[in-house]
Amino acid sequence: MIPSQFDYHSPATLAEAVALLTRFGEGAKVLSGGQSLLPLLKLRLGTAEHLVDIGRIPGLEYIKEEGGFIKIGGRTRESALEQSELIKARAPILHDTARVIADPLVRNLATVGGNLAHGDPGNDHPATMLALDAQVVATGPKGERVIPIDQFFVGLFTTALQPGEILTEIRIPVPPPRSGGAYVKLERKVGDYATAAAAAQVQLGANGAFTKVGIALTNVGPTPVRCAKAQDFLVGKRPSDGYLAEAGKLAGEACSPSADRRGSVEYKREMSRVLTVRALQRAVERAEGR
Amino acid sequence: MATHRIEVTVNGAKQTAEVPSRLLLVHLLRENLRLTGTHIGCDTTHCGACTVLLDGTPVKSCTVLAVQADGRDVTTVEGLEKDGKLHPVQEGFWEKHGLQCGYCTPGMLMTGCALLARNKSPTELDIREAISGNLCRCTGYVNIVKAIEYAAEKMRST
Repeated sequence: MIPSQFDYHSPATLAEAVALLTRFGEGAKVLSGGQSLLPLLKLRLGTAEHLVDIGRIPGLEYIKEEGGFIKIGGRTRESALEQSELIKARAPILHDTARVIADPLVRNLATVGGNLAHGDPGNDHPATMLALDAQVVATGPKGERVIPIDQFFVGLFTTALQPGEILTEIRIPVPPPRSGGAYVKLERKVGDYATAAAAAQVQLGANGAFTKVGIALTNVGPTPVRCAKAQDFLVGKRPSDGYLAEAGKLAGEACSPSADRRGSVEYKREMSRVLTVRALQRAVERAEGR
Repeated sequence: MATHRIEVTVNGAKQTAEVPSRLLLVHLLRENLRLTGTHIGCDTTHCGACTVLLDGTPVKSCTVLAVQADGRDVTTVEGLEKDGKLHPVQEGFWEKHGLQCGYCTPGMLMTGCALLARNKSPTELDIREAISGNLCRCTGYVNIVKAIEYAAEKMRST
């Protein structure tokens, strides 16, 4: 399959890339890892008049801890995230997530920024970033702006990014001691989008009770689904099987899946419930150092 | 629409080409350079038959633009044999009957080579994870894993 015609641009700097995107407006798409965009163009589900490849711009691939945040460059490869010792130690939920995205060959090119900016509710990072209360840095003609993750996913394949803006960094507040998180995905086979998946990030206080809980779901709605009721229910309570089960139930009620080859609405809702409980169990184990 | 003059090192030899923006790397290899060892299977980033090494990293060449490979190194299955001698992974596929129809084989070989370049003693699970983006529709995975294990042992002992 061959995509319809487009012009390819390979700017050497971020400023040049922003200028190109601003000039071409809606007709331009950012090419990062290309592992979602190129299949979409090949299948002609979408078109672009201009592709602006950010692959040759230096300084967009990094994972570092700085100023209370884990900072991930927008063009950081999924494979780099998967192998990062910093991520394994500080935010294992992100390691869980990276290693179930597509397959290892795709992860060698696919980028974290692309996974978010594509706005596909089937992608895995969005739910995890919601659970972690991440921030997204967009660089555009007016400079940088920071977008809280809760405002980032606007609709199906639609994000808060404006034409001319590039997702340049993801900032994750460093989880404090006695924190843990996990991402649990149900997929039919390696490389498939989730039938459903749950991300949970928890913090425990000195008395062992939840002080902060983030829960979000993948591919069971037009955008990733934050489960606010389940989160609020758990805060202040000590982890117990009964409470986690109730939180799972609330998460299952929060989602709005549609039926497809991966399952019926009822099945996906039920799986959302089960996966939320499993993600919470693992998150608590990690928070308790088990 | 403008074309782009690119220079790509393929299996150690510099190649130049004038390519349209939308030309895929796999088409550059198969049609412009006539290196038809790299196969096109699903053409939708699933099967891995088109796997090549880009600067040493295995990628699906149906999902890379030729122009993205400008200035970079590409290794295809044709680049594995050296001086008439098979690469240990190729030898493993021969010895362990790692192929039936052979369609997935070039991709499996490239992924296997990349794995052994970074992990000299992979476990069976490491191998199975590494090839999880390469599909064998003959379902010959058992012998493919044995072939890569054979190659690992051979490479350790030489």
